[in-house]
Amino acid sequence: MTDSGAEPLLLDAQSVSKRFGAVAALSNASLHLRRGEVVALMGANGAGKSTFVKILTGALRPDTGHVQIKGVDRRVGSPAEARRSGLVPVYQEPSLIPDLTVADNLRLGDTDEAAFRHWVAELGVSDLNLGEMIHRLPLATLRILDLARALASKPDVLLLDEMTAALPTDLVEKVLKTVRAQADEGLAVIFVSHRFPEIAALCDRASVLRDGETVGDLPIEDGVEDRAVELMLGAALTPGQLAEDRDAHVPQTATGTPRLKVSGIGLGGKLTDVSFDLHPGEVLGVVALEGQGQDELFDILAGFRRAETGTLEVDGTTREFTHPADAIAAGLTFVPGNRAEALLMDRSVRENIALPFSARLRAWAGLPMKREAARVAEAIERLQIDTRAQGEVRRLSGGNQQKVTIGRWIATGVETLLLFDPTRGIDVRTKRQIYPLVRELAAQGAAVLFYTSELEEVQLACDRAVVMFGGRVVDIIDAAEADEPTLMRAAYGLPRNAPAEAAS
Amino acid sequence: MTGFLKKHGWTLGLLAILLTLLIAIRVVQPNFGASGLESLARAALPFAFATAAMAVVVIAGGIDLSVASMMAVTGVTAAVLMDNATEGQAVFAVIAVLLVGIAMGAINGALIVLTKVPDIVVTLAMLFVWEGVALLILSTPGGGAADWLRSIIAGPVSLPFLPEAWTFWLPNAFIFMAVAIAVIWLPLRRSKLGLSIYAIGSDDTAAFRSGIAIGRTRVAAYAVAGLFCALGGLSLTMGTGIGEPVPGPYLMASVAAVVLGGVVLGGGRGGLLGPIIAVFILRAIRLLLTLMAVDPNVTTIVEGTIMVVVVMLGAILMMRERRS
Repeated sequence: MTDSGAEPLLLDAQSVSKRFGAVAALSNASLHLRRGEVVALMGANGAGKSTFVKILTGALRPDTGHVQIKGVDRRVGSPAEARRSGLVPVYQEPSLIPDLTVADNLRLGDTDEAAFRHWVAELGVSDLNLGEMIHRLPLATLRILDLARALASKPDVLLLDEMTAALPTDLVEKVLKTVRAQADEGLAVIFVSHRFPEIAALCDRASVLRDGETVGDLPIEDGVEDRAVELMLGAALTPGQLAEDRDAHVPQTATGTPRLKVSGIGLGGKLTDVSFDLHPGEVLGVVALEGQGQDELFDILAGFRRAETGTLEVDGTTREFTHPADAIAAGLTFVPGNRAEALLMDRSVRENIALPFSARLRAWAGLPMKREAARVAEAIERLQIDTRAQGEVRRLSGGNQQKVTIGRWIATGVETLLLFDPTRGIDVRTKRQIYPLVRELAAQGAAVLFYTSELEEVQLACDRAVVMFGGRVVDIIDAAEADEPTLMRAAYGLPRNAPAEAAS
Repeated sequence: MTGFLKKHGWTLGLLAILLTLLIAIRVVQPNFGASGLESLARAALPFAFATAAMAVVVIAGGIDLSVASMMAVTGVTAAVLMDNATEGQAVFAVIAVLLVGIAMGAINGALIVLTKVPDIVVTLAMLFVWEGVALLILSTPGGGAADWLRSIIAGPVSLPFLPEAWTFWLPNAFIFMAVAIAVIWLPLRRSKLGLSIYAIGSDDTAAFRSGIAIGRTRVAAYAVAGLFCALGGLSLTMGTGIGEPVPGPYLMASVAAVVLGGVVLGGGRGGLLGPIIAVFILRAIRLLLTLMAVDPNVTTIVEGTIMVVVVMLGAILMMRERRS
């Protein structure tokens, strides 16, 4: 099948639809790719992106429409078949077998070892032992191995599904560079991502899905961000809305006794002399590249681990946490980055929102169902949670799940909230609903510690930002000055510009 | 060296426990020698095959509650086929029994894959089905076994080119078990099917995405388990010379040995060597306690306690290692 005499299409998906029971996940999705093209696949959560990816990779069969790869019409039946047809996916979570060695994993997928080694080196992982068990390797390395394995199989079409999420910045650069170089030699790439800078650096076009339908195919050029957001939202959004959001948020300066005072915290080689204050009504950002001690810091504050040195003060009293229950008793509530750790996936939205305040009941009496129902209904309304699938939280989209994890604390009331990368893997629209939620919590008097892997969020949601590098606090920056270049420099451990230095 | 220790630490630890137990037996019963070892190996034989069967499906991320029943079916099939048969015909009987085992295992696996009913439910149902089949084949203990077959697992090893002094302590039953399991497991472990069995047990989503046919691999794992059950059933008939239609106490014992042997119940981790050593450990504990004239009811309590303690110690050691 050729398109008006142009080069034949490598991949051509036309009018694909898919229903799950009464819910139409996809109604009319299309995507086409030629040799050497890199196309971003975008869409808000719930737009049908993951269903479309599953159909393209062969994990699901479409109800109608067709997917042609290299002109051959086929309804792909399994990932193995899709692989043979030339389309190779790399997923957000690595698809390597944890209990086998790297070499066994290669053997299992019939991967050429020499080519694999070549790509691993190219992608910047130098000291790989093929005899090592997968489950002993760090997550970032696994993503690289996954990509190297995909490249080694010489695909025609490469599908990268949120592959760069939570990858350290230097590796992201290597990945983008390598993939772009391959595309220039003829590889076609589908790039599923929420990150505009990466899309701008890598892609030629962006295909946008909304409510299960492909609504636009945009060339990458200046201003494409606003255009794409507008298409994803489906409502006209004035250009520069993101900037307006930023301006609308006025950082607060807090004084008085800090809710949480961290002094001189140290842990092995991971944390050294970490100190900062967190005040009631404040949202304090934490900015760090991957693996700079932020995980350990949150673990200590949540009571999962004990610090070796230093003290924690809550409302002026020194506290020692030996168990998560101690942290909870001191009013510190941890919301993990992994939503599966925060929610009861098999229970309803209502139960999940109600859990914190029903768990507080000491008496074994009946639950005050009427009051619970009222508070939950109010929370759902305020959070704009899509309640079509509210019987089981598992069936909500990722963004809606995240809204439940944060929103339940608005319904309950919370003193100190520790948010660990709450917007990871969430679409733009939902993110923009989460920032006001966080601000609202602070307005209620809560103190919020907000680790984010996306630098722009500091100015969108925080009052100040603590920057960590190599297990130390290298800078504390007011939101007004915390633009992305400043944060990036600090996160890489570089000193701030002279004027800023004088001000601090 | 440290890599070897890390990888085989559990197995080496189990071997140390077994040696300690054998020494303890020797201390309690100074005339425990070659014949003692021989009866220990013969008693352990059906347990070893049941454990091998269970280990394979557990590694594949499943469980098979019908191992003892399948052993009963294959045991009575062997006894009936060999009843009044010539020595030569017995060869075909053995082959037929092994095929019956593979077929039963494959049926278990296929039912799990096709019906999507949880493995524990399907194999619980099949426990009763195969039990009934065994009783239909032979309602009371009976049948026979070929003499050459019985002699395979009797007595100590004697090889013409080795002096008897070297081999008198090594029981034939032990050699039969080691050879049978090695011949099936070693090539399988290194094959792509073997890797696939580990893969579906380790992470079935990742396995699916790596292009593994999950369903077929699962059926194959159960079929291999069926084959080990057939060897177990055969060894029962070889040991007693008759077929016994009522399943023996092999189900729970095999789960115990698998767990003690370092196979993680969630799947994907462990091998067959550990569980087989664990079988001997559990038999040796029993023997030691019997020799010490401990109340048999206390024996089971001790066995259970030892299992929990060993698995717990192993987990603690693993956690230590991960932290450092």
